[in-house]
Amino acid sequence: MKDTAGYVTADGRQIGGTLMEMRNITLKFGGVTAISDISFDIHEGEIRAIIGPNGAGKSSMLNIISGFYTPTIGEVWYKGEKRPPMKPFEVARMGVARTFQNIALFEGMTVLDNVMTGRLTHMKSSILSQALWYGKAQQEEMENREIVEKVIDFLEIQRIRKTPVGRLPYGLKKRVELARALAAEPSILLLDEPMAGMNVEEKEDMSRFILDVNDEFGTTICLIEHDMGVVMDLSDRVVVMDYGKKIGDGTPQEVRADQAVIDAYLGVPHE
Amino acid sequence: MLYRTAGQFKTSYQADQALFPVKQDAFLLGVILLLAWVILPMVASEFVFQALLIPVLIFSLAALGLNILTGFAGQLSLGTGAFMGVGAYACYKMVSIFPEMNLIVAILLSGFFSAAIGVAFGIPSLRIKGFYLAIATLAAQFFLVWLFEKWAWLYNYNASGAIQVPNLDIFGIFVSGPQAASITEYYVVLFVVSLLTMVCINLTRGTLGRTWKATRDMDIAAELIGINLMKSKLTAFAISSYIVGVAGALYVFLWKGAAEPNAFDIPLSFQVLFIAIIGGLGSVLGNYLGAILIVGLPVVLNLVPNALGISINSAMVEHLNVMIVGGLIVFFLIVEPHGLNQLWRLIREKLIIWPFPH
Repeated sequence: MKDTAGYVTADGRQIGGTLMEMRNITLKFGGVTAISDISFDIHEGEIRAIIGPNGAGKSSMLNIISGFYTPTIGEVWYKGEKRPPMKPFEVARMGVARTFQNIALFEGMTVLDNVMTGRLTHMKSSILSQALWYGKAQQEEMENREIVEKVIDFLEIQRIRKTPVGRLPYGLKKRVELARALAAEPSILLLDEPMAGMNVEEKEDMSRFILDVNDEFGTTICLIEHDMGVVMDLSDRVVVMDYGKKIGDGTPQEVRADQAVIDAYLGVPHE
Repeated sequence: MLYRTAGQFKTSYQADQALFPVKQDAFLLGVILLLAWVILPMVASEFVFQALLIPVLIFSLAALGLNILTGFAGQLSLGTGAFMGVGAYACYKMVSIFPEMNLIVAILLSGFFSAAIGVAFGIPSLRIKGFYLAIATLAAQFFLVWLFEKWAWLYNYNASGAIQVPNLDIFGIFVSGPQAASITEYYVVLFVVSLLTMVCINLTRGTLGRTWKATRDMDIAAELIGINLMKSKLTAFAISSYIVGVAGALYVFLWKGAAEPNAFDIPLSFQVLFIAIIGGLGSVLGNYLGAILIVGLPVVLNLVPNALGISINSAMVEHLNVMIVGGLIVFFLIVEPHGLNQLWRLIREKLIIWPFPH
């Protein structure tokens, strides 16, 4: 792997080596090319944003990282190894957790149960033990409940832990979804538009949680977001995509000054 | 007031995740268990055992099995009757081949046969959902009933084509067949049903239950958070069919005493499905409430004209019965579309905060 050295951010945080690397990713659906030849890396402990106008292929990129799509051409390198083609649940078990653009919670379950599902990858008791609710199953349940309660405390959703998710307002659902992803104790957390549809106050809350997660657990975060103010404030480095191509990559300041990026967002005059 | 939860503090997660975090629930269950294990058997007549208690328990168990699959894991099935048949025939063959076998052991083992068949017919669920899956399980229903009819080995080449339950004893007491006493049969059924209900409660509140519910509520999200959908769906089919198979074995061995292949035809599947839906999908308690309504109510209604001293001919009673039960089903579904279990849950919530409105 190239460039495994870390770097120091503008605000003085030490960032680790490369955690995940996308190499020459191309994704085609029949004749449509959603992503063409994109490479970028994600360092351990950083907040990496992917931005771009609608239809740029950002969500497709996130779906490739989480194993939902398999790239037509290209390789995904994770923790220094090339990742073979695998099912989404296998990718999740390797420490990749995500939230969704349109909330994808389990509506029939309580908040607590939803967050507990985030721990399923860590639970290994046998069916027999579960059937008798004895021994390992019970012990595992308690241990994982403790971890889940820490996440619930952290995201300040104690009040609603026994409420069915279907009854919650939008902003809280987004937070519960983040809790579910965090409960898995992921190495890398993918956030697909965490602020979509929120008001200013909720955005502030969510931004604070994202920064806190990164700061307190050292979780690597890769996020897609449309709110430029949020992206520029939160992220350490930004990838800019347009029509499936990478048109910029760098710190928020570098990206902001990039002519190609400005053109993509503001348009170019036709002569 | 009876359900006041104030003052019941929980100081550990263990206490919070206990089966009955509220003391009154545990008390209520205690009363029901006392009723089922001690009081009812003492007062029940032969008729009550055979027409009410035993069938209600057996149908509750069958609905519970279906509920695991449809209510918890979200996979629609119309093949319940046939899977009950697999359990019954498996049990019949086992006691024919090993006459010395303990009947309870044979019944509990027979579930494994229906589990295996259930998994085989559950494989389409990996690709199809909802109504389409229901049609696939319907194929199981027709195929298996046809098999029960055509494969003479299954019914020991009887001329009648039916399976006849022999007299079987455990430690010298007859538990099945014409010589068995109703009270013995009742206790065997009650034991098996209690045991499996306990297992179901534990499974549905733990890891496996969450896996199932996640699969039911949003399968794509479930897969992306690390759930192996294939495993989740097939374990649901296996455990559901196991329970349904055991219910089928009980149905023939401890209630009907004999069965022809068409006993396991689609009306049986529908009856169990109705119980599960009226009781409430995704609940354990609901299956009992549903079975009491659908199996128990018609029996009670049959007795009403006689008890009131009105003389109507029995055919008329039968007709009225069907109409009243049908009407009640519609009524309950309008009042509470999520089933009797939800109705009870709402009543309980109201009782907890009573006398205050909220």
